[in-house]
Amino acid sequence: MKLQRATLLGLYAIIELADQPDLQLSRSEIARKFDVSSNHLSKVMRELGKAGLVEAVRGVGGGYRFCGNARRTTLLDIIQIFEDFRFDSPDQREPGMGTEIGKALDLVLGEINESINSTLRSISLATMLMLKNRRQAVPSEQSTGDSSIQSSRPGQLS
Amino acid sequence: MALPGVRLFDMNTTITGDSLLIREARADDLAAIIGIDDQVTNIAKPEYWRDMFTQYELNREHRFFLVADEYAKVVGFIIGEVRAWEFGSAPCGWVFAIGVDPARRQSQVASRMLAALCDQFAQAGVTKVRTMTSRQDHVLLSFFRSQGLMAGPYQQLEKDLS
Repeated sequence: MKLQRATLLGLYAIIELADQPDLQLSRSEIARKFDVSSNHLSKVMRELGKAGLVEAVRGVGGGYRFCGNARRTTLLDIIQIFEDFRFDSPDQREPGMGTEIGKALDLVLGEINESINSTLRSISLATMLMLKNRRQAVPSEQSTGDSSIQSSRPGQLS
Repeated sequence: MALPGVRLFDMNTTITGDSLLIREARADDLAAIIGIDDQVTNIAKPEYWRDMFTQYELNREHRFFLVADEYAKVVGFIIGEVRAWEFGSAPCGWVFAIGVDPARRQSQVASRMLAALCDQFAQAGVTKVRTMTSRQDHVLLSFFRSQGLMAGPYQQLEKDLS
């Protein structure tokens, strides 16, 4: 499974902001952390804003702030902001889909889709933060070594 | 003060909920457990739960049946068992039933019960906990995900026998 770059940036940014909901982070701070251009992030932040997940804070010290519900927002919600990520069967008008082989293949592809769908739907931003913080707490584990721009907090159980 | 054989839940949590006691299930809890399950699943199965309790009483060494007790009212239950070598799996704790009174959802009842059960599993000497849920049950899946459970190395397969 491969996500588009804008989708990945959207996920990075929203998870970073959700980790520090009381703070606002500038676009350049987020861009620097994930080693992307600030311009590239601009459109991504706009989309997250339109979805009601972040709000722009103007003025000195301004930036973006998370304003969604981390326990209610899933990875799938974020992904679907940026791409047409659907779990439909292959278009039945595609050549071969009406054949017995096409139908059997459809069964297998449907199984894969269902698994991806349920995984992305069941992982909230809060769960992602818990996973991230857990990785940070285990130094022996191979991790990217990243750290929050400000500080991390222990994950909150639901 | 805890009754004999009843263990007070003592994990630090971020919520106020000192009234909630996680304790071993008793026969007189069955009516409440059956009622909660009926509310959650819309399928009443009293015989199943009575049998479950009987099995639990016969095998307390490896099976754990806990309830969340709020001011003497059962608001949730959880059942788990240490199983070894099924499907080639080394001994681990299986969570095979969990239910919370719908009116008490979103107040960490399930989290506390799971934590208490995991504590029991750890005391029984296992280091891993597993469960199985329907892919369609996003509420339950999300709950277990929020507690840190991830997809494991086993895949469940099935087919129709008709």
